[in-house]
Amino acid sequence: MSRIAYKTTSDRIADAVIYALLTIFGLLTLFPLYFVFVMSVTPYSEVMRNGGFVLFPSAFTTEAFEAIFSSRTVPQALRITVFVTLVGTLLNLIVTTLLAYPLSKKFIPGRNAVLLAIVFTMLFSGGLIPLYLVVRATGLMNTVWSLMIPGLVSTFNLLIMKTYFENLPTEVEEAAKVDGCGDVRTLASIVLPLSAPIMATLGLFYGVGHWNNYFAGIMYLSDKKLYPIQVVLRNMIQTPNVSQELSISNPMLLQTLPPETIKMATVVVAILPVLAIYPFLQRFFIKGMLLGAVKG
Amino acid sequence: MKREQAVTNALAAPAPLRIRFGRALTRYRWFYLMMVPGLLYYLVYHYVPMGGLLIAFKDYNLSKGIWGSEWVGFKHFRTIFDSPYFYEIMRNTVVLSVYRIVFNMLPDVLLALMLNEVRKLWFKKIIQTVTYGPYFLSWVIVYGLTFAFLAQDSGIVNYYIREFGGTPINFLANNDLFRTILVSTDIWKNTGFGAIIYLAALATINQELYEAAVVDGAGRWRQLWHVTLPGIRDVFILLLILRIGSILDAGFDQVYIFLNARVYEVGDIIDTWVFRRGLEQLEFSVAIAMNLFKSVIGFTLVIGANKLAKRFGGSGIW
Repeated sequence: MSRIAYKTTSDRIADAVIYALLTIFGLLTLFPLYFVFVMSVTPYSEVMRNGGFVLFPSAFTTEAFEAIFSSRTVPQALRITVFVTLVGTLLNLIVTTLLAYPLSKKFIPGRNAVLLAIVFTMLFSGGLIPLYLVVRATGLMNTVWSLMIPGLVSTFNLLIMKTYFENLPTEVEEAAKVDGCGDVRTLASIVLPLSAPIMATLGLFYGVGHWNNYFAGIMYLSDKKLYPIQVVLRNMIQTPNVSQELSISNPMLLQTLPPETIKMATVVVAILPVLAIYPFLQRFFIKGMLLGAVKG
Repeated sequence: MKREQAVTNALAAPAPLRIRFGRALTRYRWFYLMMVPGLLYYLVYHYVPMGGLLIAFKDYNLSKGIWGSEWVGFKHFRTIFDSPYFYEIMRNTVVLSVYRIVFNMLPDVLLALMLNEVRKLWFKKIIQTVTYGPYFLSWVIVYGLTFAFLAQDSGIVNYYIREFGGTPINFLANNDLFRTILVSTDIWKNTGFGAIIYLAALATINQELYEAAVVDGAGRWRQLWHVTLPGIRDVFILLLILRIGSILDAGFDQVYIFLNARVYEVGDIIDTWVFRRGLEQLEFSVAIAMNLFKSVIGFTLVIGANKLAKRFGGSGIW
């Protein structure tokens, strides 16, 4: 592995510079996240005493989190978002798989025409407003389904999955056929178990997409009870009057807390699930990404 | 006579094809059935909206519907091209896009090159995991973080400016700083992830090339110049061409969330304008006309870019 047999002084300097720059870049990436976290757990008295931000707070409080979880808005938004993320991702994976599997079979008549029609949608689209009108016409306005159905299949993900299926060894499938498996059975009991990496990768992409979805919320929903967490968060960040936005049951909680602390706590709540999951799935998605990248 | 001819043709010529297709339908019926939900999705949520582009040529009225509304030809296009905002939003779109190309592609390459030089695997892994983390955060969250730093009243930066006797700056509503903020937050969010594709390209470089270079007496810089950079040149050019092809997409998600009325002059792009005009002011026809204009130009550019990419790198995207 060692590319350079001898390290000269200039090599050592170059190494030191590179390690230092990368460390700085890593810290710069982490700092904003650390900052909101600290702001959300530092008692206000300590913030005041130190004049602004404290890098290492001496006390820790969960007041801000108690406040937002005692409100009606945030727990409701989280319930909606979790529901949409779970059900939406499941629907995404089912429909994408069902479409990608036949499209990975080169012998199916009509396959090329269908592929062409699908790839074309990556190049040309009706755009925002015609889509909005279609969503209205199909009766999805102000339902949680408006957060799932209009993005049911991502063409990019579909193509990645199709490529993955094409690269599976055909022998296993043929063996299954010989043993009397139908097409559906082959997919369910032979192909799917072999597809864990791609399912995890695309599940992560779709899932994060749902968790982070903001536009579907502002386009298709006017009923505040259905707002996903990102919409609530954005509304909260922009309003000076956090307590009204939160519709909190115990207003006393807010009197001791500055609105900024509440806002930062909400940011943390919206960040945590994503940051908790992606490091575990990364060994899958790097592979998945590369597969897509090689093609694209 | 003509009609009889047509009937005969229909009976004679295409029959084998129809039978063949019929047989395929029976034989592969499960495959076709599987595709139904997906195809329906594409039909309803991709192809029907394309049909909705016709609205650009009509005086669309929600109560009359698409078919009831009157045809007006290119009236809405003339409205757009004649107005001063057209120049402004075109300029903003292209300028922002170019900024993104320059200031996003270079950090991606730089990070990948540096990571590639790191021999301590644990260090490389940590830095990579940390730097692509923000890719998975939404723009709303990045906006929240930006707000925590830069807001006029509560932002930490202005807190310190005040502390040291300066006048607070309203960063998020400042025409001179708006694009800088967009680009820097974009770098923060996407650089780690953008580096992945270059790292992949770097991993495919034949190690023997380095050994040969060392034998020829090449130091680290010469290895970088003669082996490493040529190794990622093709990927870089391909990505560059593709990004130029989608130059009218200046990042709707981010811009929409960061935008406010005080920075329209420098930050309003085609997509945000279409959104406002269409969904907030309900001027569907004008908004869709603008959208159609953008789609047609975009389509042409992407097709051209792909042709160019094929000529350069040999592969293209399709």
